[in-house]
Amino acid sequence: MLKAFYHLLVRDLRLAFRSRHELANPLIFFVLVVTLFPLAVAPSAESLRVMAPGVIWVSALLSVLLSLDRLFKQDYEDGSLDQLMLSPNPLVILVLAKVGAHWLLTGLPLVLIAPLLGMFMYVPDEAIGALILSLLLGTPVLSLVGAIGVSLTVAVNRGGVLLSLIILPLYIPVLIFGANAVDVASDGMSVRGQMLFLAAVLALSVSLAPLATAVALRITASR
Amino acid sequence: MFKKIWGWIQRFSSPKHFYSISGKLIPWFAVPAALLGIYGLYMGLFVAPTDYQQGESYRIIFIHVPAAWMSMFIYVVMAISAAIGMIWQIKLADMIASASAPIGAWFTFLALVTGSLWGKPMWGAYWVWDARLTSELILLFLYFGYMALQSSIEDQRTADKASGLLAIVGVVNIPIIHYSVEWWNTLHQGATVAKFDKPSMHIDMLIPLLVMAIAAKLFYAAIVLIRARNEVLYRERNRQWVRELVEKL
Repeated sequence: MLKAFYHLLVRDLRLAFRSRHELANPLIFFVLVVTLFPLAVAPSAESLRVMAPGVIWVSALLSVLLSLDRLFKQDYEDGSLDQLMLSPNPLVILVLAKVGAHWLLTGLPLVLIAPLLGMFMYVPDEAIGALILSLLLGTPVLSLVGAIGVSLTVAVNRGGVLLSLIILPLYIPVLIFGANAVDVASDGMSVRGQMLFLAAVLALSVSLAPLATAVALRITASR
Repeated sequence: MFKKIWGWIQRFSSPKHFYSISGKLIPWFAVPAALLGIYGLYMGLFVAPTDYQQGESYRIIFIHVPAAWMSMFIYVVMAISAAIGMIWQIKLADMIASASAPIGAWFTFLALVTGSLWGKPMWGAYWVWDARLTSELILLFLYFGYMALQSSIEDQRTADKASGLLAIVGVVNIPIIHYSVEWWNTLHQGATVAKFDKPSMHIDMLIPLLVMAIAAKLFYAAIVLIRARNEVLYRERNRQWVRELVEKL
């Protein structure tokens, strides 16, 4: 079972590294969207500092959302998703492997580049740690919950807008607490509560979201 | 015992049986809903005392609060019946879930509109980003997502299952909506009705409010049965019993 998890994870990573430009796209999108805000509003430090946590978090959210497609789309189209479902290994484990690979390829790069964007947006130094930690706890939730949405919409033609419609409302709690953590840290206050909440949501979605995704995949495959 | 109940459930949930029973049930929900609605509105709008702080404009709560309650209640009903449909493969439960969604969305919309109308004299603005209005808005999006998914999948069974799963996932959001009142300490009034030991609301205001809440529940029951009946007829349109029914007309 662990072996299946490992092999699927490695397979997805290997496939992704074969098309490297695609790998960089969500990351470039993330930086690009954040760059739009100083251009659209005003490049002054005061206004940017107020917006920074929200802007960075919303951009991360959209970036993950746009990359969700890659989670199951190709496997669905070339039939390897059906093969996965036929395998004797529990589907939940396989889903976890796929989501894990997705997070390593999209969530983790966002976390790593976030300090740079924090500097762009004049986030105070003492809040950078909170920014990184909140993204580290929050982005896996985005991948996990997003997986439910993709598996429901992967067979729908032009499912992109539909996917954002059904998934974005479910992202709101993570957005609220993630952005709030950075905001509170900028004022030099403790962010323990927000981080614990994000960790709790992460624990909840690690344990439940793969189950829902597995059910959703079976529904999609049954048509 | 269990077998007996199970047999009864299966018999009742067969489309044909449901069609005839629900036809008889609808007036029993619709008539009390209309009577209680008229009585509640009269008591609320004309008889209940004027609020010493908010004046007459508080009276919108007789619509707003039942609508807000229904918006959440219907989502939970949707999720539960979707779960029943998924676990026991009862098609009728799926039909109830999908018939409920537009009603729930309209109640949510009503709660939003009345809430913002109430907000104008109270807060000085039609829209304030207060916790409960915001979570009603999110709830509206959840309804939209459910309906969009339902209508974008061609195959009826798959559409039912997929959107049902989404409703179950979305119901996780309902506790967050509820506790958001405590999480964000904002402009909205604290909960005033749930304190039953010593209600902070005058009894002459509370009674019409509860009457309106019951009327809204009965209204929902009647409408959902009507919608589910239509759905049954549509889905079973090629069956013998539906044809006989049409020929009789």
